[in-house]
Amino acid sequence: MNSQDPQVVSRRPGFLTRDALQKFFIVLSQLGYQILGPVVRDGAIQFDTLSTADQLPRGVSNDQQPGHYRLEQGDNQRQFDWNHGPQGLKPLCFSPREVLWTEQSKPPAFNPVPPSIEPTAVIGVRACDLAALAIQDRHFLSGSDPDPHYRQRRESLLLIGVDCARSAATCFCASTGDGPALDGGYDIGMAELDEGFLIWRESDKGRTVIDQLDLLPASDAQLETMLQSTTQASLAQQRSLPDSDELLLLYKRLEHVHWDNVAERCLSCGNCTAVCPTCFCYEASHEMSLDGETAQMIRQWDSCFSSTHSSMGQFQVRSTIKQRYRQWLTHKLAGWQSQQGRIGCIGCGRCITWCPVGIDLTAETVAVLEEGSLDV
Amino acid sequence: MFDPHVPHVAVIDQRVQESPTIFTLRLQYEDTRVQDAFEFDPGQFNMVTLFGIGEIAISIVNDPLDSHFFDHTIRVVGRVSEGMSKLQPGDHVGIRGPFGRGWPMEQIKGRDVLLITGGLGCAPLVSVIRYLMRRRDDYGRISILQGVKHADDLIWKEQYSVWSAERDVRVLLAADVATQSWQGQQGMVTELIAQLPLRPQRTVALLCGPELMMLAAVANLREKGVQDGDIWFSMERNMQCGIGQCGHCQIGPKTVCQDGPVFCYDELADFFGAKGF
Repeated sequence: MNSQDPQVVSRRPGFLTRDALQKFFIVLSQLGYQILGPVVRDGAIQFDTLSTADQLPRGVSNDQQPGHYRLEQGDNQRQFDWNHGPQGLKPLCFSPREVLWTEQSKPPAFNPVPPSIEPTAVIGVRACDLAALAIQDRHFLSGSDPDPHYRQRRESLLLIGVDCARSAATCFCASTGDGPALDGGYDIGMAELDEGFLIWRESDKGRTVIDQLDLLPASDAQLETMLQSTTQASLAQQRSLPDSDELLLLYKRLEHVHWDNVAERCLSCGNCTAVCPTCFCYEASHEMSLDGETAQMIRQWDSCFSSTHSSMGQFQVRSTIKQRYRQWLTHKLAGWQSQQGRIGCIGCGRCITWCPVGIDLTAETVAVLEEGSLDV
Repeated sequence: MFDPHVPHVAVIDQRVQESPTIFTLRLQYEDTRVQDAFEFDPGQFNMVTLFGIGEIAISIVNDPLDSHFFDHTIRVVGRVSEGMSKLQPGDHVGIRGPFGRGWPMEQIKGRDVLLITGGLGCAPLVSVIRYLMRRRDDYGRISILQGVKHADDLIWKEQYSVWSAERDVRVLLAADVATQSWQGQQGMVTELIAQLPLRPQRTVALLCGPELMMLAAVANLREKGVQDGDIWFSMERNMQCGIGQCGHCQIGPKTVCQDGPVFCYDELADFFGAKGF
């Protein structure tokens, strides 16, 4: 029966024992990839360089709530039992801070500064973050002026995705259609079982790696577990967003009283935009050297919650927190639809978890869409 | 690989002091291949870098047929523009561009053109005026309404008198604060709209200046029967990348640097004048 399931048919996974994961790492290294994967650092799951599979966390899961993130140590052997930490793939392609070019005044010249990159395999990528990456790809690479820095970093990645077998309380990827099962945009897919991993190739780049692994045939029971895990993770999600058409109405609710309500709680700290895997705003600024002869153009992440974001000389277009939160939410959920053909939210819930006061994007959206409370 | 972030070096060929705080730089790319490839539409802008200080968005004010140079008229408002005001012929700047969508000059051929500018928003429209004068037969009646805060702020006085002498061209000036020698009206530029013998069905209005002025102008134009789809304006926002990437210049779902800076009123009606957008 399971062999007929469309997901099983398209994936055709093999089985890799947990002990054989180290072999997977060795193959990646031999093919010239540095390996990035999840580690526990500063009390959170973060991506860092790995040399052996033993460095992956074991039995670590997480409790995520509005304004709350705690790791929990279980007694199982699972290495991908966590949901996601504060950052997804965004910092790997869209650098938090980088030099775009340097300049010299004598003789006058501008010199591009290409990023230093090496082929990188990222293990433990989630479906929501792949959806976010696709959005960032469109933002930075489509159109007449693709971003060379982003492109070079992006092309250096080999993405190893893992199905989410459980959802955090702040996850709502099922309602945006972006998870919890992997659905394209990766090179190699994995589903974690108690006894090991189902593993399959999704791209030609991934095939080169998979061909060097001695995979065992997957049993029907294992395939069934793979399918049920993501179904259960999906059903367990407690939050959701209204559908895209309804979200377009946010632009018709610009004077809703609820914007004031959010503004009373929002600190305008920008945590939500820093952890959001689709937020793309950046600031470009000159830094002069002390000798006065050279300067560099620095690009670093910006936030529409910052006081300088909408600055026009002595005037700010969005001087109030209400205006900034409204800008962020309406753009993310309505504006992106005409800019990118889909909403700018992939349901990871990071903005909810990492908001210091626990503002919940899904709840605020529903409140603003409720009629009958227009501030007129 | 072409990198849209990296400027090309341009040299200042001429510098004209237009008023105590306004100056024009005539520029040429150092690399002649870059200069030869440089084409633009009236209303588009360049990102201009002052070495060691920073980069600002400035509209291009000369005619697109001028292929050997390009002009930027700049008012001293901040750190970068003040530094630029001290540059002299032979000095260098960095240029990226041109960026954005300019005025719909092809689309409005044959129509009466009404140009309304206020404050110091004249630069983006001066390129249009020059464009129209050079192609006078392609367009109908031309009306130029120019408002300034203080009578002394009016630059290009001689040009206005030359333009007003052309066939079917009307120039009306207004200053909030008039001087004894001021020959225009005292008051707001938008008050001049009522005085015009407009042919609303044939008229296309091009607006540039402070948003409050443009909002008032839109109201007056609609009263006169000009259609929303025939009202165009140039917007200003915080612009850093010029290629729709950095996110600062968004107004609702539009980016000013890429979808604009010139918009049709229809396109931005929901957000034009809405606080916070």
